[in-house]
Amino acid sequence: MSDTLRPDLWLITKLIPEGSRVLDLGCGDGELLRLLTLKGCSGTGVDMDPSNLVAAMRSGVDVIELDLDTQLGEFADDSYDFVVLSRTLQTVRRPRQVLAEIGRIAVHSVVSMPNFAHWRNRVRLLAGRMPMSKDLPFKWYDTPNLHHSSIPDLEPLFGALGMVIDSRVALDATGRAHPLGNVAANLLASSSLYVLHARR
Amino acid sequence: MNGPLESSVGVVETLSVAVFDATRPLVLRSGATLPHVDVAYETYGTLNADRSNAVYICHALTGDAHAAGLHEGDTRPGWWDSMIGPGKPIDTDVWFVVCSNLLGGCQGTTGPSSINPATGEPYGLDFPLLDMADFVEVHRGLARHLGIDRFAAVVGGSLGGMQVLQWAISHPEEVGRALIFAASSRLTAQNIAFSAVGRQAIMRDSHFMDGRFLTAGTAPRRGLSVARMMAHITYLSETGFEEKFGRTAQRGKLAKNFGVDFAVESYLEHQGERFLSRFDALSYLYLTRVMDYFDPFADEHALAALIDDPVRFLIVSFDTDWRFSTAHSRRIVRHLEGARLPTSFREIRSPWGHDSFLLDVADYHASVRAYLERAAEELA
Repeated sequence: MSDTLRPDLWLITKLIPEGSRVLDLGCGDGELLRLLTLKGCSGTGVDMDPSNLVAAMRSGVDVIELDLDTQLGEFADDSYDFVVLSRTLQTVRRPRQVLAEIGRIAVHSVVSMPNFAHWRNRVRLLAGRMPMSKDLPFKWYDTPNLHHSSIPDLEPLFGALGMVIDSRVALDATGRAHPLGNVAANLLASSSLYVLHARR
Repeated sequence: MNGPLESSVGVVETLSVAVFDATRPLVLRSGATLPHVDVAYETYGTLNADRSNAVYICHALTGDAHAAGLHEGDTRPGWWDSMIGPGKPIDTDVWFVVCSNLLGGCQGTTGPSSINPATGEPYGLDFPLLDMADFVEVHRGLARHLGIDRFAAVVGGSLGGMQVLQWAISHPEEVGRALIFAASSRLTAQNIAFSAVGRQAIMRDSHFMDGRFLTAGTAPRRGLSVARMMAHITYLSETGFEEKFGRTAQRGKLAKNFGVDFAVESYLEHQGERFLSRFDALSYLYLTRVMDYFDPFADEHALAALIDDPVRFLIVSFDTDWRFSTAHSRRIVRHLEGARLPTSFREIRSPWGHDSFLLDVADYHASVRAYLERAAEELA
């Protein structure tokens, strides 16, 4: 595997059991699924970007082109073991509906999202500027991120949708597990990653 | 950069072989038999030593065996020359490509205009009705003749894609990857309606003569050209027509009359006329009817063999295709992916409607290229 692999993807591969059938929403060039095949996992990626889709197919990853906001209904109930939504929830128009669909498609899921309340963002806001950081690198006018949340804003939504948090991993700006773990996560975590299961 | 000549398979010729005969007649899905079936076919590239690099091309309604390269003396290349050739998405430096005219066709393979050995006359409407699975049986007959047990990929668009789907469903062990473009697993009422009007145009032509027009030395030319003109409208998008013709006059300026005044009318007229020189009205009836009845997922056990022996699928649709819209392809994907078969799907943006699958649309070709490059890697 390449040295440039996103550290959060390594982390996700560790969280998903061997042999799982995985649906990766916002799969990019299919890197995560490629990595997961080493663990005997199979699955499908979903993306909308033509060059990502072509790259994924070139590397042997199956991809289905569809819009997360409107077309997740194409996947049957419980048709996967795990759904992954890595750093994508903030880019969809209707995060609540997307999460509900995830809980329908698989019992287990891995969801990660940038933490808007990271202390650097708070400092920037106090200085009167919109947050920009490694995890939120975009100018306000060209960001793909439509929604911003903090950890205490995000977690109740999982609960409201019947999704139980099995574990939370606070990540630093490089996407590695934060050395302080979940200590003061809403202040220190640049993003947070959850393993969830949907109540049936 | 490859020029058009460098990337062509060059001069090719159509070959013919009897794949079913008296010792081995073709038993059709309906139970009827055909005592003799000739198949017209072409091949490009080289079959490797372990015979594992073969790719089968299934053509659409009005296609033929001449998919790529040039026939001696011709200036127009085969119908899928943009897709097949050295360095092209279906790369003949890598793959041994086989394309045949389908059963019921009129370009060298046995069909309703062939001579019925029982009567010595053309079959006409005595030719049995066909099923998608019958097309596949004849392709398999040719594969047997060529000594190929398994194709690394089977590829087709529109009716060709429907044959690919049928092949993967009925004989998955013979198909590595199935590439299905702009196809359908079940025609809608609107699709069937267009198909029906096309057939009516042919059958109501006074020269149709209950299908015995060949014996009488004539042909329902008007009916067939009208069927083609109408079908052609469904192959292009509204935007495609607008871009090509708009409301341009055929001769300088519009002059109100009932003749051919708009450029688009002249184009359709030309399409209809040109079609007559290469297509037979009976084949048009038989082949369109196969599409109408095709409904492979209706049988709830349809995918049993496939699930035991999975084929990898690439399904492609085009956003302006209203003949077989993206909804048709999504339905195929739902069935296959829903059965946990390895399935990829792309909806390609292209202004050219259904015909896009025949054209050099960059994102489409890039997808096919990527998918088959990976297949070649796995082969090695």
